[in-house]
Amino acid sequence: MDKQNLEGLGQGYKEKYGFSDTEKHTFKSRKGLTREVVEEISWMKGEPDWMRKVRLDALEIFFKKPMPGWGDTDILGSIDFKDIYYYMRSSDKAVGSWDEVPDQIKKTFDKLGVPEAEKKFLAGVTSQYDSEAVYHSIQASLTKQGVIFLDMDSGLKQYPELIKEYFSTVIPAKDNKFAALNTAVWSGGSFVYIPKGVHVELPLQAYFRINAKDSGQFERTLIIADEGSSVHYIEGCTAPIYASNSLHSAVVELIAKPHSTIRYTTIQNWSRNVYNLVTKRAVAQENATVRWIDANLGSKLTMKFPCVYLMGRKAHGEILSVAFAGNGQHQDAGAKIYHVAPETTSTINSKSVAKDGGHASYRGLLKVYEGAYGAKASVRCDALMLDDESRSDTYPTMEVSESGASVAHEATVSKIGDEQLFYLMSRGLNEKDAMAMVVNGFIEPFVKTLPLEYAVEMNRLIELEMEGAVG
Amino acid sequence: MPLLEIKDLCVNIEGKEILKGLDLCVDAGQIHAIMGPNGSGKSTLAFVIAGHPKYQVTKGSITLDGQDVLAMHASKRARAGIFLAFQYPTAIPGVTVANFLRHALKAQGREVELKDFRKRVKEQLQSLKIEESFMSRYVNDGFSGGEKKRLEILQLAILRPKIAVLDETDSGLDIDALKIVAAGINAFAQDKSTGTILITHYQRLLDFVKPQAVHILAYGSMVASGGWEIVERLEKDGYEPFLPKQEATKS
Repeated sequence: MDKQNLEGLGQGYKEKYGFSDTEKHTFKSRKGLTREVVEEISWMKGEPDWMRKVRLDALEIFFKKPMPGWGDTDILGSIDFKDIYYYMRSSDKAVGSWDEVPDQIKKTFDKLGVPEAEKKFLAGVTSQYDSEAVYHSIQASLTKQGVIFLDMDSGLKQYPELIKEYFSTVIPAKDNKFAALNTAVWSGGSFVYIPKGVHVELPLQAYFRINAKDSGQFERTLIIADEGSSVHYIEGCTAPIYASNSLHSAVVELIAKPHSTIRYTTIQNWSRNVYNLVTKRAVAQENATVRWIDANLGSKLTMKFPCVYLMGRKAHGEILSVAFAGNGQHQDAGAKIYHVAPETTSTINSKSVAKDGGHASYRGLLKVYEGAYGAKASVRCDALMLDDESRSDTYPTMEVSESGASVAHEATVSKIGDEQLFYLMSRGLNEKDAMAMVVNGFIEPFVKTLPLEYAVEMNRLIELEMEGAVG
Repeated sequence: MPLLEIKDLCVNIEGKEILKGLDLCVDAGQIHAIMGPNGSGKSTLAFVIAGHPKYQVTKGSITLDGQDVLAMHASKRARAGIFLAFQYPTAIPGVTVANFLRHALKAQGREVELKDFRKRVKEQLQSLKIEESFMSRYVNDGFSGGEKKRLEILQLAILRPKIAVLDETDSGLDIDALKIVAAGINAFAQDKSTGTILITHYQRLLDFVKPQAVHILAYGSMVASGGWEIVERLEKDGYEPFLPKQEATKS
């Protein structure tokens, strides 16, 4: 990939992303979570009764379910659910054209470069500002092809039948405490439907952002690729820096019908006080392919294990992830693949970087059910540590109940080499840039799967992460 | 003023003294060859000039155009115009040769237009008989010995330092590759404002790159310095006659 001619892109990152607008909300729910809050959310949105019931049932599950007893229980235990806003919106309704977007919000998006990005090559943009989509556009060609690309709230209004059929079928509320929470208070996110045989050539793109102090962000995304279709969905997340804690707990459900392909790319760079607890799961039917491409930077604690259920013969799943843990951060990321049907194939490739006492964990599950003969799976995880204070753990779990399956696993842990640094420094690079170059090289197999502008941004984010690494 | 001047240099690594009062003076426009038996301190000298943090200089000085080199860390030395062609270049997986060269130029404050960069690289690739696809390979990752050495010479040609220290750049090369590498060194040395230090085991390289001065390094210091006659004597009699008597009997 030729990155040279794109130098300068993503410069002035702090100025670009570290800003925050004065809070200006037309509605603000109170802190804390009760039945009344959930009912109010549903009422404000004018939802059908069945959705209100789904929310309230999920809330009961949330109250009953204990916190996960595994992972970083110390940080998890520090979440104060009573101290969080569960719903906010910054404009009254989703709008269809850029002109209708309020000026203050426009300024925010201008700084984020949303309209430029769209002009360049994006197929469509839906941008989430706090809890609701305020700007939404979709190119005419997509609409003509029958592609639906809406924020979830609009999706529910316009296509209630489709959503009722698929909502929570991949990730039920009872799956885990945070899936229950999301189901109870979800707001925004994307609803995507690709009709039979339609190939969406350009990536669909969404930006998410937390912009209000102590606001939870609970977006809900559902993507359905009908038979023989294909789509690439990208979400890029940045958040302004705030002193108090924020909770981000999203649910993303993907349904890949026979012979379809879904690629879902995430680059998240939450500010360092965010709890990022996300449930992502896909179902791949016969001969379908699902790829999760997932980069986790920032946040205080990330727990995210994108998952693919390979339900149909010859279904294929891929999970490619990168995690970067700096000082005071724990990236608990990984992947889960379930081989349920015969001749299914999967690859997991995980890369983690830890520096300044950061903590990176790989947590993976590979399960091959009896009867999934001819299944092939490979798992590879590589960890790079930039100093002696940092920590890297690997928890790979494999349960193989089918003797006719082949499973390969490889894991490496390495420390950044003095000889590599000296070689680069002897060419004039300072220590920080030399480290950034080694780290960028380490994650290159990941970065090269990204569209160019994301690749440039990713490299730039790594350079920024390295700043302050060396005195 | 000499381009590079080394005076009474004493160097330790992990408490062991490797260089014991070494002197060397290279003027602009000169090529100096440093030869010597294994373990005499040749690579140590190369690393110390480039600023490897593993070595401790306990005494002496190194100056480049009168500037105190020892006060600079490795990257600053590179920016000041010191270049080391490594005997064993390090692999940087995931970083392309093109990206690496651009970053190095930029770090040295000599960023060039992409178009000019491509043109310059293309010319150098041709003279080094390297395919253009080389530029998109990862730095030294899976390179053959010969490819690694050619990449060092490519960097020399692109970065155009004031002084080049070439640590056994001829080792492991077949005769064709040796000629190509030698041509690269000669092209660099043609610029009479530069200086070159060739560290080598074999006179083979010196048949293609003619030094103005030849030094024998043994037991941590220069035991002989002169011209081509040293190469001829070395070829005839080996290192033995150059070694100090008491040291020679010791080994």
